[in-house]
This record gives sequence, structure tokens and C-alpha cells, in this order.
Amino acid sequence: MTTPIIRIREVHKVYRVGAEKVHALRGVDLDIQRNEFVAIMGASGSGKSTLMNILGCLDQPTKGVYELNGKLTHSMDSAQLARVRNEEIGFVFQSFELLNRATAHKNVMLPLVYSRRHFWGARRRAAESLRRVGLSDRMDHRPNQLSGGQRQRVAIARALVNEPSILLADEPTGNLDSKTSDDIIALFKKLHAEGQTILIVTHEEDIAGHAARIVRLRDGRVLSDNPTSQDPIHQDYVRRSLEAAQRAASTEGVTA
Amino acid sequence: MILVRLLLQTVLLALAQIWANKIRAFLTTLGIIIAVWAVITVVGAMEGFKGFMLDQFATFGANKVWVFPRMPPGQRDRYSWRQVRMTIDQVDSLLPNSPSLAAITPILNLNADIQAGDRFLPLASIQGVRPSWHDIEQRYVTVGRPLSNTDEEQRRQVCLINDKGVQELALPEDPTGTYMLVQKRRFLIVGVVETRQVSPMFGGDEAQTEVFIPFRTGEAMREFPRMYAVATTKAPELYEDARAEITAQLRRMRNLKPGEPDTFGVEAIEQAIAQVKAMLGAITMMVAGIVLISLIVGGIGIMNIMLVSVTERTREIGLRMAVGARAKDILTQFLVEAVTLSLIGGVIGILLGVGGAYLVGELAGWRTQLSSASIVLAVGFAACVGVFFGFYPAKKASQLLPIEALRYE
Repeated sequence: MTTPIIRIREVHKVYRVGAEKVHALRGVDLDIQRNEFVAIMGASGSGKSTLMNILGCLDQPTKGVYELNGKLTHSMDSAQLARVRNEEIGFVFQSFELLNRATAHKNVMLPLVYSRRHFWGARRRAAESLRRVGLSDRMDHRPNQLSGGQRQRVAIARALVNEPSILLADEPTGNLDSKTSDDIIALFKKLHAEGQTILIVTHEEDIAGHAARIVRLRDGRVLSDNPTSQDPIHQDYVRRSLEAAQRAASTEGVTA
Repeated sequence: MILVRLLLQTVLLALAQIWANKIRAFLTTLGIIIAVWAVITVVGAMEGFKGFMLDQFATFGANKVWVFPRMPPGQRDRYSWRQVRMTIDQVDSLLPNSPSLAAITPILNLNADIQAGDRFLPLASIQGVRPSWHDIEQRYVTVGRPLSNTDEEQRRQVCLINDKGVQELALPEDPTGTYMLVQKRRFLIVGVVETRQVSPMFGGDEAQTEVFIPFRTGEAMREFPRMYAVATTKAPELYEDARAEITAQLRRMRNLKPGEPDTFGVEAIEQAIAQVKAMLGAITMMVAGIVLISLIVGGIGIMNIMLVSVTERTREIGLRMAVGARAKDILTQFLVEAVTLSLIGGVIGILLGVGGAYLVGELAGWRTQLSSASIVLAVGFAACVGVFFGFYPAKKASQLLPIEALRYE
């Protein structure tokens, strides 16, 4: 068996909010293999955002081990973490986080500015990345000239430009309508098919359903970790939505 | 390579950021603009003024010393003019007793009517001088011969006249050998001296007719001749020595007791130059103070706008950190932006300052001397202000935690 891209063991995270201590993560273990497509789910306060930040090296665990692509990140300093974020991780945010002054092309180039790799050919790489997300014809548009779906594609192109080990998407469809959401999910699936390891944090069951594996968190612990096809909550959701669709179809038939 | 690209990107980014907020950036740098403008204009104008003043002084000769009678201020009732007035014995005692002096001449001022042919000039300036006067005043004859010791010893009725006088009295172009009347006495004109224009700054106005006669000749024309003396020192820097020696000698001659004030004055052109330099130095210091305050105010403006900018762009900072910017990169970015902002202010200030300095020079009629030192200093200061006042906001930006910056609304 190959070594996992992500391996975390007994990860704890404690925040100090005033005099109070908030125990956001209470011992999480998780392995993610190369080319997996995983959804992390949980209610707000379940610790999924904290886990996401730790996986993305934006934050460090209070206790526990985090090994990313063979590197022990929990003992790194902030400059080393910045380098890991630059080279190993591609972020996709709910609100896109594009620079409004810059063109799509410039936005996609941003990680390369801080990178030691691809000194030559940064522009070409950025163009290539935009092509992968289907925006070759929008290179010189600014974010305000793009639709929400296009903006998120630019953000995805930016996340991919430095060939990250893992793509981390935090509610990537949260600000999009359902049609556009489907397009973005289709894009994730295409990237997954091309070999990209993807991790999505979401609270929407139908989005999570596109992943191959669902990890559910509650109260800072892993509640369940199953392939999507064997996840009881998701299967229950699928069944109920099917029934609802049938009911709707039959009601429609009656009125018609 | 990485560094060069990062720096280039950062500068371009800073320029783009400034361009995106043109008006805000302009208002922010106004303090710097005004400071640099002021320093360059004032220093340029000052240098021009100093050069102008020194040129004026140079027309007098840098190593001249004047000795003249002076009533001690507020003691008019204690001293009679007999005690105060200068005598030829006193003047003659100075050269042997003051080793710093190179030459001396008494100058007797007479105002007398002069006449040549049918031309009559009332109360013209007649000066009785010794032959050494030519060297001391650096005024030599253009036509004829200078005054000689024989003229002096024999109290000859000879005179020199300046170009202006030749004109006014309608004398021939070479008037030597002709006669003119001074106070109804016949004087033989032996030479012509150049008219010397005195700078308006020292009370000179239009060139006037001047007649020079031997000192002793003039002395004989007045019952109580009033005179002063002009001397040259052996070197310009000896004027303090010369003054001490002259003062000691004249006090001795006049029997002044210790504690009594001087009844005469000794002034040197060097002294006046030193005073002007001190005055200009003081003005420059004052301006420097104002500029410093202006730069600080400008710097605070920049700090303020950079703090606003950091707050406005908190999410951007978070994003940059998320895609791999180190704290150091963020610090550099904001520092470069602050320095760029102040340098833009500096450059605008230089343009306005250079223009201002030339305008002042043009209006005042002296040659503006732009010192490159003041330009370098101004720009250097502007950059320092950028670094100094930009550091705190930049540090603040670089210390943001990426997760909190990304969550910032």
C-alpha cells in the first residue's frame, strides 16, 4: 500500500476564547490516499473548519501528528508552512477570494509569485491552468467582468497552477446557484479523473454525494468515515430525495 | 532571481495600488510633497541669495577695514565731537602699531561746488586721499597719472576725476592738463578714474561725480577736517587681529580709561560676511525645522493611509498568505508601497521645488544655485519617512494570522 498524502493522528485543537477554552478537535485520525475525492461533513461547531485549516497548514494542531506528503508539518515554523501552502496545497474558497484589480490571468499567477518553482514560464503555466478549467477565452477579464461560476473556475485554476498534492475546497458551491454548482462539481470530477486528489468541506448532502468517500465530524471527533455508497446517512438522504422527486412528479401529474 | 521578480512584482503592485487610489494617494503624499518642495526651493533660493550677497561684498574687497569716529550710543552729553573726531596723527599712528595692516589711507570727505568752463555742479563729492588709496580701493587711473607722494607732500592743487564727472562737466575725453574749480580754487586734472557703481544694497544709487585730491590739500581747505580711514589687512582672516590692534592703539591715543566705551568704530567686510552667513544659516536651520515637522506630518499621513490600506486589504493579505506568501513577503509588499508613495511625493516635490527655486531666482534677480545635496537629502528623507512610518502598518499586516485575515469581513 502506498503512503497516504495526508496522515493525521490524534490531532487536538484548543482555542482560548477569553478565559474559556474551546476544544475544537478532540483527537482526529484521518488518512487520505493519492487521487481520493473526499467530502468532509459536519454541522457548524463540529470542527470541520478547524480541521480544514489544519489540513491546509493555515493553522497548527495543539497536539498530534500531521504528515503531509511525508513532511511533518506540525513542527514547522510559519515560513516553512507558507512554502508548504504554496507548493502542496491548492485552496478553493466559498467566496472565491480573487483580487479585483487583477485579470484572471494575473490572479492565477499569484501563487507563482511566491514560488521557487516555475520561475520561467509562469505566464504560460497560468494560461494552461485556465485552459484546464475552460476559461482560455477569459484570461484578460477582471473578476467583476465574470459570472460567479467563472470566478470560482478562476479560483480553481489558481489552486491548480502550482501542481498541489491536494486541492482543498471549503464550501466551493456555497455562493453559487444550483446550475452553476453542478458545473463546478463536474469540473472537480474531471480533475479527479485526471488524477487530482480533492478534499471538499460541505454541509450539502448532494454535493458530498459526488465524492467517493464521506467523513463526518461531530463535536471534534470523527463520527463516521465510509465510502459514499456505504454511508448510511447519505443513502438515507438519497432515498428520501428520490421519494420526494417521485411525489412531486405524481402531484404534478394529478394537477396536470 | 526569485528576489528580483518578487521585488519587481511588489513595486508594480504598489504602483497599481497607488494608481487605483490616485486622489487618496495624492492627498496622502501632500505633506511629503510640500516638505520636499519647501526644502528645495528655500535651499536653492538661499544659496542663490548667499552667492548674490558674497558677490556684492566682493566688490568692496574682502580684506578691507574701516576705522571711523563714533559717538558711544547714549553718551552724547559726555563726549564732545572734539574727543570723538579722528585726527591725522591718530590715523598715522595705526600702520606702525598694527602689524596686521598692509596699507592705510585717511579719507577726507568734502562737499564743495565744482566748476569747469560754464558747467557748475553744487556740492559734489570731493575726497582727500593718500596715494595708497589706489591700491586699497583697487581704483586706478584709466587716463593720466595717479596721485603721487609729491602731490601729497607739496599739497599740490591737482585732482583726479571719474568718468561721470568728465561727462557732467563736459570735459574733453582726455581732460588731463585742463583745470577745474573746486571751492573756487584752480585744480589741475591729472587723471581719470573709473566710476565705481556701489550696490544699491549698500546705499549706492546712480553713479555720481567724484573728485579725488591729495589728502593734505584737502586738509588745508577745512578748519576742522572730518576724516575716517580705510585700511587693508595682510589677509582676510586677520581682520580680528587688526581690529584688536587698532582698538588698542586708538584707545591709547585718546586716553580712554578701562571701562570707558570706544569713541570710534572698526568694521571689516569679513564681519559683515560672517553676519550674513550666520543669518542665512539660522534661516536655513529654521526652514530645516519646518521641513522636518512637515515630513513628520507627511509620514503620519502615510502611516495613516497604510493602516487603512492594511485594514481594507485584510482578506487579500489572508489570501496571499494562503497561497504561500511568508510574513516577510507581506512586510516587504507594504513597506515598498509606503516607500513608493513617499518617493512619488518626493519626486513631485522636487519638480515643484526646482521650478520654485528658479522662479524665486528669476523674480529676485539672482542666480539660483540648486544644490544636488539638498535634492538627495530631500529624497533620502522622503524614503526614510516611508520606511519609518510604513514599518508599523506593514508589520501589522505581516503579523496577521491567515485564518483570521481570511475570515475578516
